[in-house]
Amino acid sequence: MSSPTDSLTADQTHRRTPPFSFEDLPGLMSLQTGDEKHGPAATSTLDVLWVLYDEILDVSAAALDDPARDRFYLSKGHGPMAYYAVLAAKGFFPVDWLAGFGGAHSRLGHHPDRNLVPGVEISSGSLGHGFPLAVGTALGLRAQGVDSRVVCLVGDAELDEGSNAEAMTVAGSFDLSNLTVVVVDNRSSSHGWRGGVGAHFAVEGWIVQRVDGRDHQALAVAMRRTAATVPTLVVAEVEDQS
Amino acid sequence: MRTPSRSTSATSTTATGATATAPTSMREAFGETMSELLDEDLSTVLVLADISRQYFRQAEAEHPERVINVGIREQLLVNVGAGLALSGLRPVVHTFSTFLVERAFEQIKLGFGHQDVGGVLVSVGGSYDVSSGGRTHQGPGDVALVDTLPDFDIHVPGHPVEARRLLRDAVAGDGRVYLRLTEDSNAQARPTGSMSVERRGARGSVIAVGPTLDSVLTATEGLDVTVLYASTIRPFDAATLTRTLGFADVILVEPYAVGTSAWHVSQALRHVPHRLLSLGVPRAELRSYGSPRDHQRAHDLDAAGLRRSITDFLDADTAAR
Repeated sequence: MSSPTDSLTADQTHRRTPPFSFEDLPGLMSLQTGDEKHGPAATSTLDVLWVLYDEILDVSAAALDDPARDRFYLSKGHGPMAYYAVLAAKGFFPVDWLAGFGGAHSRLGHHPDRNLVPGVEISSGSLGHGFPLAVGTALGLRAQGVDSRVVCLVGDAELDEGSNAEAMTVAGSFDLSNLTVVVVDNRSSSHGWRGGVGAHFAVEGWIVQRVDGRDHQALAVAMRRTAATVPTLVVAEVEDQS
Repeated sequence: MRTPSRSTSATSTTATGATATAPTSMREAFGETMSELLDEDLSTVLVLADISRQYFRQAEAEHPERVINVGIREQLLVNVGAGLALSGLRPVVHTFSTFLVERAFEQIKLGFGHQDVGGVLVSVGGSYDVSSGGRTHQGPGDVALVDTLPDFDIHVPGHPVEARRLLRDAVAGDGRVYLRLTEDSNAQARPTGSMSVERRGARGSVIAVGPTLDSVLTATEGLDVTVLYASTIRPFDAATLTRTLGFADVILVEPYAVGTSAWHVSQALRHVPHRLLSLGVPRAELRSYGSPRDHQRAHDLDAAGLRRSITDFLDADTAAR
């Protein structure tokens, strides 16, 4: 799979002030990690996150508490450097914060905390919680007649957790059309998913789309809101976990 | 359904949710009052996992988007509640205590605690309520488990009227609440809130929690002890304990894991030389069925057992001096 990020290193971008573009993100990640280059694992979510915040989600730093904002739940909270880079790039918190990543005085931990980081909607890290929380929030928004959507990012190995099966089945059963789950699939699940992850969701009534997880245009098309009356799964395929 | 559903009483609920007669059990009180709250407040939402659904047929029909049954999925039950709270609603999450607190404990810790959102967890069947169901349906450790989490109020009502009041107050607030309902209850309701003083004596203080009160009052008949009653055990009412304390012998009677609140008593009396006897459900698994009364007897939590334990404790001190 060709990857726009393959060729990106911190050397190419030293931009530290907005506006930021996708090309600036590796530099913002480097501020956190101290590494000049990042392997596929660290950047597996980067393209999905960028496209979401750049084109898809109706959310901004200026309207953090707007009840009608779109919600993005990062369920796979492990390896959040790409997430922090995107949030900083979009102005949710100062770029200065990135350098302290994981430190005693930093708000940016190795798993994100919604109570510490502006723009972070859920605290995650333990796998298998974000998707069920997203189902609850989607039900809550629907009950209140709020027309915003919930987008939840999970990893394919995270779906090993049985709690996701509970969420998948019930979201399908409740026709939660305001819910989109994006699974970043690097085929890291120990036992895999027979027929692919999407097949399991399809059986439960979800619309399933498979796209190249590095192709911004394809991601944007797949993640854009549709008139569907059922929940949507986007399988964003990226390089195998190295 | 995991267990046979209990029969509902003849109590009728009017269209507006006003109840015609007093509820005869805490679980019925929950069904009635929760239905009223769903009628009254659009921000209230109830999440079920099949258990007790029979009490909410009407509410489910009237408020299909605010009575959510997820089926037999307790991890989802709790996190859907937390997700609803994140959307700005006030969730009430309900099932048997074992499945709510023990099976889905990490969901409570992270979904409500770590996210720092409010919600009301309501359980039934705590400790040995479902004595004939065996260990799978018994959960004496629920209060101790919730007690490991910060900022949870814990209520252990001793009467359906107390349960009703505590539920209303809990839903009206915005914090995290664990409301523990049982089949066992006292003959009379008491005021809720701080501990009430049931009896004054000089020889020591007995704290009776929730449905243990009637047995404690019988057990301490003729003994020169103060009897305090608590339907709210977190926050622990240290002020009433210390204010009414005579001789510093304290006996704590809890209808769940023995010693669950002992550390609060120790904390309250940290500057006072004192003795403490904790009574409750032991750690050892009781591998017998029978009725809740049978289990109370086996755990020495019936009046006779309590009296034995309490007089032994008081006498031991007298002997030592």
